[in-house]
Amino acid sequence: MRTDVTKIHENTPHQELTEGLMMFAGGTSKHFCTGEWRTSTPVFIEEKCKQCLLCTPVCPDSAIPVRDSRRADFDYDHCKGCGICAKVCPFGAIEMKEGR
Amino acid sequence: MSNGLEIRWHGRGGQGAKTAALLLADVAFQTGAFVQGFPEYGPERMGAPITAYNRISYKPIRVHSNIYTPDMVMVVDETLLESVDVTAGLKKDGAIIINSERSKEEILPYLKGYQGSVYVIDARAISQQTLGKNFPNSPMLAAAVAVSGVMEREAFLKEMRASYAHKFAKKPEVIEGNMKALEMTWDALSEELKDAEKLIA
Amino acid sequence: MAKKDRMSGNEAVAYAIRQINPDVMPAFPITPSTEIPQMVSTYIANGEIDTEFIPVESEHSSMSAAIGAEAAGARSLTATSSCGLALMWEELLVAASNRMPVALALVNRTLSGPININCDHTDGMGARDTGWIQIYAENNQEAYDNFIQAYPIAEHKDVHLPIMICQDGFITSHAVENITLLEDEQVREFVGTYEPEEYLLNPGKPMALGPYSISAYAMEARKNQEIAMENAKGVILEVADKFRALSGRGFGLFEEYRTEDADFIMLIMGSAAGTAKQAVDDLRKKGKKVGVLKLRVFRPFPATEIAKALSGCKAVAIMDRCESYNGNGGPLGSEVMAGLYREKIVIEAVNYIYGLAGRDFTVDHVYEIFEELEKAVGEGKTVEQFRYIGLRE
Repeated sequence: MRTDVTKIHENTPHQELTEGLMMFAGGTSKHFCTGEWRTSTPVFIEEKCKQCLLCTPVCPDSAIPVRDSRRADFDYDHCKGCGICAKVCPFGAIEMKEGR
Repeated sequence: MSNGLEIRWHGRGGQGAKTAALLLADVAFQTGAFVQGFPEYGPERMGAPITAYNRISYKPIRVHSNIYTPDMVMVVDETLLESVDVTAGLKKDGAIIINSERSKEEILPYLKGYQGSVYVIDARAISQQTLGKNFPNSPMLAAAVAVSGVMEREAFLKEMRASYAHKFAKKPEVIEGNMKALEMTWDALSEELKDAEKLIA
Repeated sequence: MAKKDRMSGNEAVAYAIRQINPDVMPAFPITPSTEIPQMVSTYIANGEIDTEFIPVESEHSSMSAAIGAEAAGARSLTATSSCGLALMWEELLVAASNRMPVALALVNRTLSGPININCDHTDGMGARDTGWIQIYAENNQEAYDNFIQAYPIAEHKDVHLPIMICQDGFITSHAVENITLLEDEQVREFVGTYEPEEYLLNPGKPMALGPYSISAYAMEARKNQEIAMENAKGVILEVADKFRALSGRGFGLFEEYRTEDADFIMLIMGSAAGTAKQAVDDLRKKGKKVGVLKLRVFRPFPATEIAKALSGCKAVAIMDRCESYNGNGGPLGSEVMAGLYREKIVIEAVNYIYGLAGRDFTVDHVYEIFEELEKAVGEGKTVEQFRYIGLRE
């Protein structure tokens, strides 16, 4: 009964939807590119970043990847441009610009 | 006896009329009969008049309504005689059994000229004597079985001993008292019942 | 080997629960269903079953906990009556739309007001459009038999819907009657163990349950749920056949009693069906061609099957133990008549309301109704619709 989430979209007929719309799969939000929704975009200014990592946990879409204890550039496939990370950064290392 | 035997119990909430009706259903079940035992709930309070019913038949019982023309009426609390029409619908060839310390002659005026058999049992006195407390259930059950003819004396006593042994497994001291109450009641009625026809046939 | 016994309807359901030994039972007491959780807790305390009993603070919680347990992968159930079912209302729809095969022992009781504790079908009928399967019983035997069939129906892969096993409060729940019981082993084998393919407490197989659904999906989900309810009809029949093979008892969607040549049929549900059958036997002795259609399965509603079963008679009395306050009769009346119309079966159909809040329903009432039907057909007399039976006027 495992679900192939890539086959479910707004044109899927009812026969091919899951029972009770349950999702028999994990981590499916990866397949859902919320980055399309973005009308303003955070820009990572690496030289100002102290790697305090305050931005990572506040991101609602887990769009700030961390590798080897250091944050990398944004995952723009999933960043909705909400700007919380820019608000929380104490060092001005994230700036919001208009558009995608 | 095509429609089986129908019995109506009158008591007060907390006195055990419902329990007595269920016990009678148990006894009749042991004879292989089809049975029903059910209460009719009014105000759910101690002391409020309550009614319970039995149907006993050798054919499956399907009716699920109350009983309006009983073959037998059991009055567990005689104070109800003044407020409840206990003989309502009672069949002329039926019987009524009343728990009272008064004589049959004193009770008759309350029965609106009922023509059938009338039995009076002093269940309180029997219970006080055998159990030291007023538990009218056992005497009333014995009277119901004896008058209806659902079971013979010895078979009934044997059945009840087994039932009490199960029910009072944790207080066996009350078994003998209850057995004595059954025997006393049965024997008190035996003279009157000698020539009476069984209600259940 | 079948065992002959006598017990009340509540005892019979509790006995079935003991034999099934489900995983989780959250419950909150309410008359007249209280004895069921009470007896089940006794079985648990005596070590006869290892069901997890959860005492909760309300029926909203008992249904929520039953859904949660079921989602986690446990076979769960609860019991309730009247206002208890009303308080579950929101959760009843959640159980059904999340496709949880929860079982509920419903002991039918009226709802306020006036405040009353006795039987009618107001509670069950109030939940008729919540997506639950509903099966009604005539007596303690059927309440027992239906409960044993509950999980095989609800958990069937083509169904996956919650199920209510209903019986009449006090009239059967508190009445001791004869019963034939199956052996524990027979029941366990019949019901089987619960092995859901997907459930929450399943390491390595994550899943999301009850997600928010935008309009683009919700209507499709409802359709699938509706199809499951239609599927339930066939599954109920299959399970009934298997149960009959095991026990020699039982009916499918409804029981047809002496209807084969009947001119007049009473369609009725629950304990009063027994009274109606007795009256039919009495009337048959007088040469009257009368019969009873006892509805067992109310949800899914077998409209077509009922219409066909009624097609040979001249008139039907449709008996509702529930007032709908819609100026158009009771739920059974409305649904049966709609079914007749759709099948283009034109017979005299009269809806009656009886037995509200414990009002007694007797064989005399049945005689009276059949007499009225006969006059309606024979003398062309117009019959009042949704008349109250036994009303003081």
